[in-house]
Parts: sequence; structure tokens; C-alpha cells
Amino acid sequence: MIEFGFGISPSSRINLDDFDKEKWNKLVQIEPEILQCISCGSCCASCSGGVFQNVSLRSAILNIRNGKTDSAMELLKGCMLCGKCTMVCPRNINTRNLILSIYKTYSEK
Amino acid sequence: MKILTSNILQISPSEVIDRIPDSYNNFVIPFVIGITFIILYLSIGLIRIIYHLEKEERITLLKSLFKPKIIIKNIKDIFNDCLIHTKIWKRKPLLGYMHSSIAFGWFLLIVLGHIEVALFVPKHLSISEGSLFYPIFYRFFVWVNPEHVTLRGYFFFFLMDFVLLYILSGVALAMFKRVRSLALGMRHTTKPSLADRFALYSLWAIFPLRLLAESFTADLSGGSFLTIPMNYIFHNFFGNSLNFMPTWWLYSTCLGIFFLAMPFSRYMHILTEPLLIVFRNAGLKVTKPRVGFAEAEIYACSSCGLCIDACPMNVKKKNLKFSSVYFIRFLRRHNTKKINAIANKCLLCGKCFALCPVGIDSPSIRVAQRKTNHNKYEYNYNQINYSSIPKQSKTLYFAGCMTQLTPVILNSLENIFKQAGEDYTILDKDEVICCGRPLMLSGREEAAKELINKNKKIIQESGCNKLILSCPICYKIFKEEYHLKNIEVLHYSQYINSLLENNIIQVKKEDKKIVYHDPCDLGRGSGIYEEPRNVLKSIGELVKADKEREENICCGGSLGSLTLEQKDRNIITEGAISSLMANHPDTIVTACPLCYKTIRNNSPIDVEDLSEIISRNIIKK
Repeated sequence: MIEFGFGISPSSRINLDDFDKEKWNKLVQIEPEILQCISCGSCCASCSGGVFQNVSLRSAILNIRNGKTDSAMELLKGCMLCGKCTMVCPRNINTRNLILSIYKTYSEK
Repeated sequence: MKILTSNILQISPSEVIDRIPDSYNNFVIPFVIGITFIILYLSIGLIRIIYHLEKEERITLLKSLFKPKIIIKNIKDIFNDCLIHTKIWKRKPLLGYMHSSIAFGWFLLIVLGHIEVALFVPKHLSISEGSLFYPIFYRFFVWVNPEHVTLRGYFFFFLMDFVLLYILSGVALAMFKRVRSLALGMRHTTKPSLADRFALYSLWAIFPLRLLAESFTADLSGGSFLTIPMNYIFHNFFGNSLNFMPTWWLYSTCLGIFFLAMPFSRYMHILTEPLLIVFRNAGLKVTKPRVGFAEAEIYACSSCGLCIDACPMNVKKKNLKFSSVYFIRFLRRHNTKKINAIANKCLLCGKCFALCPVGIDSPSIRVAQRKTNHNKYEYNYNQINYSSIPKQSKTLYFAGCMTQLTPVILNSLENIFKQAGEDYTILDKDEVICCGRPLMLSGREEAAKELINKNKKIIQESGCNKLILSCPICYKIFKEEYHLKNIEVLHYSQYINSLLENNIIQVKKEDKKIVYHDPCDLGRGSGIYEEPRNVLKSIGELVKADKEREENICCGGSLGSLTLEQKDRNIITEGAISSLMANHPDTIVTACPLCYKTIRNNSPIDVEDLSEIISRNIIKK
């Protein structure tokens, strides 16, 4: 997609061509529970780190699905792995391992 | 042969004489090969381990070798743990008898053999005269003059036979254990590897063969209640006493096979455990998962499998392969894939460490292994900071992340603080910086250190002299890593206990049977068993759980595990609850927000937190 440079704020367009299928499959293989996420936002609502800075597992998962892995990684850097999100997740997703798996998969360039 | 011995007799009429002129026979070769191999292997291994230690670790180790206090502790521990096995005796007496009879008995045989040589034929203690094998095969090489045997000689004959019988009883039990381990108090035992089998069967054969070999020579070199009658029977069967060569060959071969298989089998622990004790008493800790101190721990694992029954993951005979014993076995084999799988699965409840007869800190090895995988990821905690420093007060309360999810604990504690007239501040009412232990447990040490520093700074600046925590997870790391100066760190169970003991608050009694669930990090992790129980005794009747204190089963909610699935966690929770329900209590009480939440979701009866039950029954002033 071409950026014409007229926008004031950076583009928030989703380019699904950026979606890295290979890495996604790898991630699903390590932590298949990511597929159970319904983006309800319980994790961000309970997040200790989210009080201070922009930390959100929900948005991170959506960003990865939309091919925006860099911003997804930014969203998880403030995670303290305290495990509150695991306790509140209605889908019983093992969020701590999911976060570590995302680090693992997407920090490999 | 008879002519030869009688010739020597005429020259020197002493009690014991060398029967074989040059004190050597070819049958010792297998044994000598084995013992030389093991000595070489051990020396190289020792050098390897010391080489991989950090410089500071080497210095602490060296210093510890000269401190009399540690030397005494070393000797005591080696005697208790390596020979007598007090730890196993205390938990499972029959198993303790089995193990100590083989270990201590064998040790006695070797020592007594050397004493005999030193007393009767002292020249053979020098290496050129065969000190490597002579004391082991003493009975083969000597001829005892029956007319000159002293009381001392008879005493040793008796002692050697007695010790051999003692060992044989242990070997018999060990064989029986292979068939029915439950009879000796073990539900599951380890599956032996190939090298284990070689070593095991040769070990079983060593002592009966020794009995046979010594029985054959009992008429020449002396014997007692066991060997003399057998000697008599053998002579009637075989007629010729010179038939004994094959048994001595077999005995020596079995010893040789045992020593050759030893480094690749579980029996390496016999020689490595003393080393581990010395290292541990010097204060070394696991920093790397495979080399240095961890290597000493890995090789000291006796693969006994006591941790299999202990592991909460195995309550329903599931996940047996995730126990510490297999973790260590895979570490030995450098099987990275399985090592990581097990390291990430473990709940880190510490039960295997608490019950391990050798005292191998496998939870720390797992954390070290996680560190190699997870420490390198980026993190960014720049904006994580408290917006205001709390007002100056004597007591600071740090709720922690988990307590934020269980407001009942926070509210109850506030009520207790008010009733006790405490001058208190809550550090993290709206915003909380994690204590860092969850990061530490997942191997992200660097990130954890940053959070620790943030928390430490603000706590030091607040000017408090007492810090109260409601979460055992926080408590453990505050005790171990924070090193707060002039600040008393208390778990709230300790705090409430001191309030009750000093009569600052009073509570009314309830007519209830209460069972207490020990949180892993509070009980096994920090050694606090009594305070919460004392508190509960003032409220109602405290009943026992099936497994409690250091044997307590993890609730299944532990933050330690990274990959354990929810359904497996539920099985563990059920196991923990059924243990708690053993004496039909009315209420389960725990002192950890995480345990509280986990047990509450599955329990058929009331679950309350310690603070909740106190707050409800406090007598208002």
C-alpha cells in the first residue's frame, strides 16, 4: 500500500500482507490457547502494569493477527508477568506462557 | 598349596600369614580395572566442576574448608546423609533400613577390611604391596593359623559375618522392593535406564558372591557363624576346597562391572553426595542449569524416585515423567527439548526439594534453566513508578498483585489494623508494582531486579520500620532478595499472631472444625508453619489434613508453572482438597490470596482467608 504523506497522524490502516503466517503457526504450536481468545479485555482490565503504561495482551493479540507485530511487542514490554490476567481470563488461557511465547516467536528476527 | 602353607608356618608361627606368596592372583584384574576407572573419572569430574565454578564461588568454597563450624557440619551431614540416611529413616523406616544397611554396611565392610589388614598384615597397606585390592580380597590372600587365633581375630571374623548379614538383609529388601515397592512405602519408583540395570544387578550380586567366596575359603582364612557352616556344606558337596576360584573371579568381575557402570548410572550418587554436601555447606547456589554446582547436584541424584510420589502433578498418576528425577536424568543426557518441557511445566512448589533425601534443589535448577531461555527478551518498565510516596507511618502494608484480586483480604486486614490501633499506610491501594517473584520464577531475572529496585527504593524512602505482606509469593522474595535495612518484614499471619499473643486484639471462638492449607511459598518456601496454626487455634478447633506442613500438596494455582494446562491444574486442586478434607472440617483456611482463589473455585465446603476469619471474629473495642 502506498503512503502519500498527507496524513497528520501515522496511518492505522491494517495491511494483512504483513501478517506472518509462518510465525503465527509457530506461536500456535507453542501455545495453542491463543486461539481461544475472545478479546474480552479482562486481561487489560486487571493488569497491574496497565495502570502505569500501555500494556495490553488483548490488543497485542489483535495486533499480531493484523500483522502489526512491532506494536504488539511494544504493548507487552511492560508486562510484569504477575499472573492476574491468567486468574481472570474467562477462557482459561495460560496468559503468562502466551506472553513468553510471543516474546520468543517475535523477538527472533 | 597345603604343603606350601605348612612350610611358611614353620618359619613364622603368627596368627595370619600370606597364603599366596606374591600376594597377587589374576582374578583381581576386573576389580582393579573398575576401581582405577572410577578414580580417574571422579578426579576428572571434580576438576571439571571446580573449573566451571565462578571465581567468587571457588573462594567461598576454599574458605569454608577452613572454618571449624562448617567442617563439623560437613562431617555430621556426611555421616547422617550418606551413611545412616536419617532423612529416609524419619519418613519411611523400612526404606531407611534398606538403604542404610547397604550403604553403611558396605562402608563398614571396607573399613573393617582395612583395619584387619592394618592389624594383621600391615605391610599390605602400601600401594606397592597391593593396597588397591588386598584389603578387599583379604580373605583370599591370607591363611589363618587355627591354633594361634586370638580373641581379636575371632571378633573380626564375627564382625565381618555380621555386617555381611546386615547388608544381605538390605539387598533382600531391595530385591523385594523391585517387585512390590508399595510395601516399602513407595507408590512409584523410577524406571531404571540400561546403565542403571547393569549397576543394579551387579550390585545385587556383589554381596551374595562375597558370601559364597568367603565361605569357600572359611576353613583357610577364618570365618564365623555364616561362613563356617556354609564352608562345611560346600566341602560336602564339592569335595575339594580349591573349587573356590570361580566364585572369587565372579565376585571381582561383579565389582568391576559395578564400578565401570557407575558413572553412567544412578549409583554415582554414592561418591558425589559428599561433594554436594561440602558445596552446599559452603553456601554455593545454583546459577547455571548444567555446569558447576548444578552438575554436582545432578550427579548426586540417586534416582530413588521419592520425588515422583511427592510431586503434586502425579496425584492422578498423570505426568509421572515431569518429576525431578526424570528432569535430572534428561539434564545428565543433555536432552534439551525434554529439559525445557519439564522445566517449564513444574509448579515450583518445592515439595521434591523438601522431601529429597539427598537435598537436591531441583526447583532452582529449573529456574536456572528457564533463565537461559527467557532472560534475553526486552522489557520496558520506564513509566512504572508510584505516583506518590506514601505518608510517613510506622507500618507499611504491601498488598501485592494477587491481593488486588481478592479485596476481601485487603478489607479484612484494614479492619484488623484499625482494631489494633495500628498507624498504617497501604502502599499499593490503586497502583501496584509487582514484587518481581513471578518474573524471577519465569527466569526473567534482569527484569525482576529492576522491579525489586523500584519497590525497594520507595519502601526505604517511606521511613517505615515494619512491612506487612499478605501474599506469600511476595513474602519470599522480600525476605530473600530485597535486603531491606532496619525494616522488619512480616507475613500477616505472623503479624496477627503477635497481635493475639500480646493481647492487642481479642477474638471470639467459633464452634467450627478448621483445616489449614499451607501455601507453598509460606510453608516450604519460608518455613512459616506455626504462626497461622496458632492464630487458628484461637478461633476454632484445628484439625489435621492428610498431608500437611512440608508434605502439603500445592493448590495447583502456583505461578511457578508456565505451561501446565488448566485441566491439569484442576486435578491438582482436587488432590489438594481431598487431602484437606481427610478429617471432615467445616472450613478450609489458607493464608495466600492465590491459594484462596484456587481452592475456592473447586471446594465443596467454605474457604476463608486467615485475615477474613479473624476480622469476622474480632471483638470490637
